[in-house]
Amino acid sequence: MHWINFPLLAMMTWSGLLIYWANPVYSLRLFGREIFYFFPQGFYSFLGIPYRLAEGMQLHFFFMWLFGINGIVYVAYLAISGEWRGLLPTVGSFKRAFQVTLYELHISKKKPPQGKYNDAQRIVYTLVILMGAGSIVSGIAIYKPLQASFFTSLLGGYEWARWEHFWLMILFAAFFVVHVVQVVLAGWRNFQSMITGVEVIRSEGSGE
Amino acid sequence: MTLEHDQDTKWPGGRENSANVLNERRSLSDEMSDVEARKVLFARSRRGFLIGGAAALAGVFGWRWMPEETKVGFLQKVFRFNEKVTSAFYRPEHLAPEFPAVKVTRPARVNGMLGIENEVDLASWHLNIGGIPQHTGDLVLTMDDIRRLPKSEHITEFKCIEGWSTIVQWTGPKFSDLVAAFTPWRSPEEMPPFVSLATPDGGYFVGWDTASIMHPQTLLVYEMNGEVLTSKHGAPLRLASPTKYGIKQLKRIGRIDFTNERPQDYWANEGYDWYSGL
Repeated sequence: MHWINFPLLAMMTWSGLLIYWANPVYSLRLFGREIFYFFPQGFYSFLGIPYRLAEGMQLHFFFMWLFGINGIVYVAYLAISGEWRGLLPTVGSFKRAFQVTLYELHISKKKPPQGKYNDAQRIVYTLVILMGAGSIVSGIAIYKPLQASFFTSLLGGYEWARWEHFWLMILFAAFFVVHVVQVVLAGWRNFQSMITGVEVIRSEGSGE
Repeated sequence: MTLEHDQDTKWPGGRENSANVLNERRSLSDEMSDVEARKVLFARSRRGFLIGGAAALAGVFGWRWMPEETKVGFLQKVFRFNEKVTSAFYRPEHLAPEFPAVKVTRPARVNGMLGIENEVDLASWHLNIGGIPQHTGDLVLTMDDIRRLPKSEHITEFKCIEGWSTIVQWTGPKFSDLVAAFTPWRSPEEMPPFVSLATPDGGYFVGWDTASIMHPQTLLVYEMNGEVLTSKHGAPLRLASPTKYGIKQLKRIGRIDFTNERPQDYWANEGYDWYSGL
């Protein structure tokens, strides 16, 4: 379920860009000044995005089912297996997450407690699940703004829902980059354990 | 050396929180030699990467090598499947939110001149309607016939399939008023399942499902934003409805046909969703 997310998010993002190109209106602004326009022409031509709206919609409205089903199955698994206990932030998570940040930025030398996930991971991974839910809800709001107008109104109307859907995509992309960097920093053994489900731990006294 | 599942008994939840495959823990946590452990791990890694890699390659190259018709056919089936699912949630009582007059976008955005490139001759314009039972040939209506129908109005958000939207005030009879006045049908259920509309020159044509075109907010419009419809917006008569994207809201209607066959649709032929329902 975790690994399926990679190709699914990739396809949703790619087809989403094919759709977004047809009406590219968002930019990053700070104090009224435009800092970055989504997206520069070179980005589109490099990826071969222009004039593929129909194809984008075809792909987006196919992979949305897989993305949604995968998300529901994953959340159901967390709930039923009890794994959610290791994932959801607990009392004090925010404080400890700050220690994790300091430690990882090499500001503090004190190693914070590490369970299956540390407290920063608990917060971020829980947020990612909420982002997934947000993407689905804002997606429904712009896919069926009349028949599902409840969601559209909830998110502040059609144009706001499209804006929110777009920024969730940007957040997913940002998360992906940071996430991959973190996995690389965590080392090969950690990555191997993600693939195999086991990790080799040297037992006391056993020499090589 | 031990082969253990990644776990940490120090963390508050303890063992039951770990992501271990429970039935494997027992057999694997026994002590084993370095060589043995390496071998097992290597085999597991190799298996994991091989399966993952093969799946990724199969996905990418399977798609690359798939003939174009198979691809298009498959994605069209997905559109049809989505149509079945979403039209099951369609309710005529679900209305698009209305906006106050100050919110109307001015000037109104013009987009698309397909089928209306030539100037329209308003004096000779008439509406041909086909597919009405017990009616030999077309029923032919003039603008006066249309103007005699009850007048409706709403200010709603017009949505283009490209992703932009504007707020427009639409005025004219409901499509369902036309059906009530000139056909024997008394409900959408009695009608053929599809409606086809086309410009007088046939250069632009759209297909509708009867449920959506009979929606109370689907109008035959002759006034837009309080003024008589201009040529660029589809004079003398156009369709407007919050139930579909703009591509379905045909300008300068010349023909309407009630039909049992799913009608041809200009943009559906270009790969867009035939239903395009909102």
